[in-house]
Amino acid sequence: MNRNLTWFNWLALIAGFSFLYLPILLLVIFSFNESRLVTVWAGFSTKWYVEMLNNQGLMSAAWVTLKVAVVSSTFAVVLGTMAALLLSRFGSFRGRTLFSGMVYAPLVMPEVITGLSLLLMFVAIALDRGFVTVTIAHITFSMCYVAVVVQSRLASFDRSIEEAAQDLGCPPGRTFIHITLPVIAPAIISGWLLSFTLSLDDLVIASFTTGPGATTLPMKIYSQVRLGVTPEINAVSTILVGLVAIGVLVASLISRRAEQQRQSDERMAAAAP
Amino acid sequence: MSTSQATGAAAPGVTASLLMRLGLSPRTAVIAVPYVWLLLFFFTPFLIVLKLSFAEIAIAIPPYTPLFDAEGKLQGTLENYQLLMEDDLYWRSYLSSLRIAVISTLLALAIGYPVAYAMARAPKQWRTLLLMLVILPFWTSFLIRVYAWIGILKSEGLLNLLLMNLGLIDQPLHILHTELAVYIGIVYSYLPFMVLPLYATLEKLDYSLLEAASDLGCPPLKAFWQITLPISLPGIIAGSFLVFIPAVGEFVIPDLLGGNDTLMIGRTLWVEFFSNRDWPLASAVAVILLALLVVPIMYFQRQQAKQQG
Repeated sequence: MNRNLTWFNWLALIAGFSFLYLPILLLVIFSFNESRLVTVWAGFSTKWYVEMLNNQGLMSAAWVTLKVAVVSSTFAVVLGTMAALLLSRFGSFRGRTLFSGMVYAPLVMPEVITGLSLLLMFVAIALDRGFVTVTIAHITFSMCYVAVVVQSRLASFDRSIEEAAQDLGCPPGRTFIHITLPVIAPAIISGWLLSFTLSLDDLVIASFTTGPGATTLPMKIYSQVRLGVTPEINAVSTILVGLVAIGVLVASLISRRAEQQRQSDERMAAAAP
Repeated sequence: MSTSQATGAAAPGVTASLLMRLGLSPRTAVIAVPYVWLLLFFFTPFLIVLKLSFAEIAIAIPPYTPLFDAEGKLQGTLENYQLLMEDDLYWRSYLSSLRIAVISTLLALAIGYPVAYAMARAPKQWRTLLLMLVILPFWTSFLIRVYAWIGILKSEGLLNLLLMNLGLIDQPLHILHTELAVYIGIVYSYLPFMVLPLYATLEKLDYSLLEAASDLGCPPLKAFWQITLPISLPGIIAGSFLVFIPAVGEFVIPDLLGGNDTLMIGRTLWVEFFSNRDWPLASAVAVILLALLVVPIMYFQRQQAKQQG
């Protein structure tokens, strides 16, 4: 469909995107407000950023969150890629239906249920709640997202290349490293980034599975937000939003670069005698 | 990929020989590791929730009675489920979760459809950018996006300030801590889930069908009703489920934007667990919530499988 936009289409686009972006924009603007009152503009100031950096509780929560996110998304990528291979390259094996159910179910499971059930599990096996339990919980739901992302990449690529390598005597492990891995690498990277942001963002599951000394940033933000809106939280939010925006921008530039490189390589190959 | 080949020589030789010493071929390891992980941390926890929902609350650590007593006799009780049936708090939570989720889904459809439609009609070179703009909020923190609305909706918030300065109202509207605020929060948070599948179906729509209809004298509205809408039906179904399913079990939005009287089952479960410390009852609430969602989830996955197959 490609036609001139009517006034109604313009209205829908402008209203729709304002609805999506205005709240975030206002949040960012008021993080630079001099006044503690979040709704009255009293001049530009970065004092809330200074305040935020001096807030010990907030900073240590941010550190915990970062560690959980890095560790859990790294494990999730490994386990998720294995799960994706299992679903798309291993044919049928005993318990396949159960396995694919277990991969897809966490994506639609209400967080309160996932959180509660994991907590009860940790209590049952007498595992002390803290950094380790939050990380295990995050690995578990993130690996399912990774599995779905990697699996869709595996489904779209030509299996005959893998088969050719194996027909020529390349063992499966080496075939995976030299052929499959480079092809699915972009999916693995986006799976890692997805896991990272999911972990950074999670409030409900972390609240259930954490213990003393492992308060995450969303939990800290949540407990402050319940007491009211503060410019300090606006400042934290602005930094998080900024990081994500930069990350997405960089990722899209890299993928566009790679695409252009690929196209020019193809042109060169086609032009070669 | 045969087993003998796989055990023969895998690329990281050290790992392979280590695995073989454990009696695992690399193939078995690839199967076993994610499988065991999900069994241990996804499947078993559910069985524990199920088990605990038949236990009784006790003043102990952990705060519930064991399902089997010292002689190994089954000590289960149906009391938790009985309470869920009798106390109308739980019934009302379930029903109002469903109602709020349905209304929010319809609102998201009403807002998302025109946006997706306009995106699909936009010039090709804009579409990648527009698509990215829809996806971008999904990457930013959910909690922060909900938080942003508190500053807008509260009595002395930006919306009331704007409306009062424009002279449209002289008393601030009470929107925060009402059900309306919950609708706004859910629609705002899940709008991308509605727009993306709608856009995917609308983009494939062949415009010549509409041209043909208009050439034959069909008015635009009728053409929309008879051509565009039926063709985009798979997108409508997918988008609606993607909004409805997470909305039913939502906790953060009703807790931060809703009032004390906004009942939603995710919040009820949270209160039972964290405030009342009644783990068995919270487990029973979880079991019923899951039972409530199984039908829409199964239906949705069936639909998706049909689409792909």
